[in-house]
Amino acid sequence: MRTAAAALLCWIAWIASTGALDPVGLAAGAAASAAAALALRREGAEAGLVLLHPVRLFWALVYLPVLLAFIVRSNLDVARRVIDPRLPIRPGIAKARTTLRSLPARAALANSVTLTPGTMSVDLVGDVLYVHRIWVPEEDPDGATRRELEPFEGLLRRIFE
Amino acid sequence: MTDPSGPREIAAFALMAAGVGFDLLGCVGLVRLPDVYNRLQAGTKCVTLGTFLLLLGVILLSGLDAMGWKALLCLAFLSVTSPTAAHAIARAAHRSGVPLAPGSVLDRYAEDGEGREGPEPAGGPSGDAGEGRP
Repeated sequence: MRTAAAALLCWIAWIASTGALDPVGLAAGAAASAAAALALRREGAEAGLVLLHPVRLFWALVYLPVLLAFIVRSNLDVARRVIDPRLPIRPGIAKARTTLRSLPARAALANSVTLTPGTMSVDLVGDVLYVHRIWVPEEDPDGATRRELEPFEGLLRRIFE
Repeated sequence: MTDPSGPREIAAFALMAAGVGFDLLGCVGLVRLPDVYNRLQAGTKCVTLGTFLLLLGVILLSGLDAMGWKALLCLAFLSVTSPTAAHAIARAAHRSGVPLAPGSVLDRYAEDGEGREGPEPAGGPSGDAGEGRP
């Protein structure tokens, strides 16, 4: 039942994005949607369905500009380092624990960290996030990484938990 | 694209030019930075924003017709797939033993024994893996 609903949703998205109303286009879309829904049936993709709630959607919309601001800052930061003739980098992998509990929230946090200045998620093991930093601070690199998670965790908790 | 000097066209082309600029910086980063992890940082960040800006330019230019709608979908997918791919590549590189560049100061991933698969418990000398010799 849930798979059928997912396939229907995919099909509607297909039709909306292709604008193809001829029989061949509709049939191809139906086949692709069914295949996608079946392939993802056991992958826990329905965890994302919690987003279909007005309050959560509202916080997701608040999250977008916050993330966008981080992406822009992050780009300027990398651009500055890359252009600088001295190439000021001090790389390494730090770690930090996240307080988020649900899997989609943790996944979103890891992806957000990758898009923020000078940090990239390497792996998430349980609640420990391993983060590659382009600049590792002299003192307490893990604490610094931990503090960088905080602005995201509050919003992600409202969205996913 | 009727009048290439209209305000909408100018704004769209400005977005695209900025996008190409960030993509270019990403490429410079790929060449200049030392190892796969640092290069992934430049690759993901600059190319994500660069491609965002290009797609926004397309949306501005064509409006939300079939092409603009697809550009919007690409934007949504890119924001999820780009960091996910960076994580997958970085994790795979570390697990298959690609070392951090000389001059790297810290490797908690190897310290915790996560970065290695196989008989040896953890890479690096003594309990201080990554310090000086990553």
